[in-house]
Amino acid sequence: MTNSTRLANLELPKAPTGIIGLDDITNGGLPRGRPTLVCGSVGCGKTLFGMEFLVHGITQYDEPGVFVAFEETSGELTQNASSLGFALADLIDQNKLAIDHISIDRTDFEQTGDYDLDGLFIRLEYAIQKVNAKRIVLDTIEVLFSALDNTDILRAELRRLFRWLKDKGVTAVITAERGDGMLTRQGIEEYVSDCVILLENRVENRLSTRLLRIVKYRGTAHGTDEYPFLIDDSGFSVLPITSVNLDYKISDERISSGIPRLDTMLGDRGFFRGSTILVSGPTGTGKTTIASHFLDAACQRGERCLYFSFEEPAAQIIRNMSSVGLDLQAWVEANLLRFETVRPTGYSLEMHLAILHKHIQAFDPQIVVIDPVTSFEAIGSKADSRTLLTRLIDFLKERGTTGFLTSLTTAGETSEQTEVDISSLIDTWLLVRTVESSGERNRLMYVLKSRGMSHSNQISEYEITEEGINLIDAYLGKSGVLTGSARLAQAASEQEEERERKQTIELKQLQLERKRAAIQAQIAALQAELDVESAETQLRLDQEARRTVASQNYTASMARKRKVTDSANQLHTNRSEEHDNG
Amino acid sequence: MDEQKNGMTNESATERWILRLYIAGQTPKSLTAFANLKKICEEYLEGMYEIQVIDLIENPQLAEGDQIVAIPTLVRSLPEPIKKIIGDLSNTEKTLVGLQIRPHSQEKG
Repeated sequence: MTNSTRLANLELPKAPTGIIGLDDITNGGLPRGRPTLVCGSVGCGKTLFGMEFLVHGITQYDEPGVFVAFEETSGELTQNASSLGFALADLIDQNKLAIDHISIDRTDFEQTGDYDLDGLFIRLEYAIQKVNAKRIVLDTIEVLFSALDNTDILRAELRRLFRWLKDKGVTAVITAERGDGMLTRQGIEEYVSDCVILLENRVENRLSTRLLRIVKYRGTAHGTDEYPFLIDDSGFSVLPITSVNLDYKISDERISSGIPRLDTMLGDRGFFRGSTILVSGPTGTGKTTIASHFLDAACQRGERCLYFSFEEPAAQIIRNMSSVGLDLQAWVEANLLRFETVRPTGYSLEMHLAILHKHIQAFDPQIVVIDPVTSFEAIGSKADSRTLLTRLIDFLKERGTTGFLTSLTTAGETSEQTEVDISSLIDTWLLVRTVESSGERNRLMYVLKSRGMSHSNQISEYEITEEGINLIDAYLGKSGVLTGSARLAQAASEQEEERERKQTIELKQLQLERKRAAIQAQIAALQAELDVESAETQLRLDQEARRTVASQNYTASMARKRKVTDSANQLHTNRSEEHDNG
Repeated sequence: MDEQKNGMTNESATERWILRLYIAGQTPKSLTAFANLKKICEEYLEGMYEIQVIDLIENPQLAEGDQIVAIPTLVRSLPEPIKKIIGDLSNTEKTLVGLQIRPHSQEKG
């Protein structure tokens, strides 16, 4: 780093370490061209830190480096590094890396009179020039203090060394042992004032957790938390607890739960992609089966799923799911589904998290199942396992991966209470539980919460059948939801009522029919009667007519006989005229 | 060689002392160290010693071989085993101990 570029870029230039996670919390790496002190007690990974800083510098950022080892020989270092997959010999052959083992043992020599450390400077200079180094690691320079007597000289010389390194413009990592009440035994932190990183190894419950803290970083905003870190076969990785922002990509896409009626309960369309789903319930409620349905549906869409099982081996899950009609083996063979089974007590929480991270990054799944998350409580405290889950869920959300977690609750405990810790991180929370009544245990499911959708408030009963999970219509009785045989009894009695009702209606119809027939018969009878009567009347009228005619004839004949017809008639007529005029 | 005449040090007739003085340039410290060394050698190892002055500024690659960190460093490469003395050799007694030169016992023995 030359002065001109420093001026051009007002922000503190950084040298990325390439160590997973560290460059995030330091906003880009270690201060370029300046020394950084890495301190910690024995076995906390200082040497590895330095080695990774150099190797990544060479392989990723094309910055050759020098490793000055005060404790280990070049051969030992090469061997140790090869166990982490670093081929130091190749880098040395390519003239990108120089390892200088400085062996200084106080039994080897006598000390008399004034001296300085020009020999060390010359060796560093020589090594730096040999590979044109931009980075250097001094591991562990404090060895000098135990070898050489005159600490006044040493302190002055170290001060000179750090200034010299700055002048050289190499980014340096200086490791030191942790001292009592001090960061380092010899207090060299006072010479290295730009950046100080503390590594710790804390053992709890016989499982160790490694922690990294940036004690100081001049001129840069940095995280001040203790960050867990991990050393495994892929080296050093720092795991930030939570990302600083909540700026996940939010998806509107909905994905099926694999159980059609459950989708209906979730606003008709299922879960949101990238959300975190929790299914909690006691043992034997079919949490794994619900998860498998979800996986099966995802694999059918051609998505990749990663299943972390902490309690059952993969083969057992596959066998069990085939009994409910889910062929997971086919998805495994199609490389859409991968099982990772780990014993919870096999590793510390940090290790677990790192393993999860690594597998997720390697397989890049759209869906991750963790079955069950409560296993973590067997390893660490509740607070620690919650921290782990927070980080894990954060990690999944950042990737836009849908997380499907199961949680085992103890019988008798209210499900809501056990997970209250992580509930705020959960988007959709399904509760499954069993109800014991009338001599049987039946399964119930309901959606406790589901962000961003109108979900059903219905408690549904479900059965695990040979065709998988089957949600059943709820039957509500006087004392709540009816399940199992009580539900069947209710259904039967409802059917009985229905039949009775139908019969009553039929009977009524029949009666009406009969009545109608009877009335019609009556109508017919009356009509007949009427007909008879009208016939009789006609007869009488005819007879009357005939009689009238007969009687007239009789009168006429009588008159003719008596010869009074005309006068009698006239008399009668006159009398009526007189009456009218009067 | 001459050690029989001298009769001061070890028994071996063929003993030869090779002393390498590592310096980094002509600094006051290295000059002091050389002067002190020369004096001791003349006094105790006359005629049987050889001083090689190695200036690491000229030959930096030589520093690794004898594991030089401090300057000046005196290395007794012969007789074996190798012995090192760090500093300007201003303390003659310590220097003699460091080089395992036992002047007085020899006279008595």
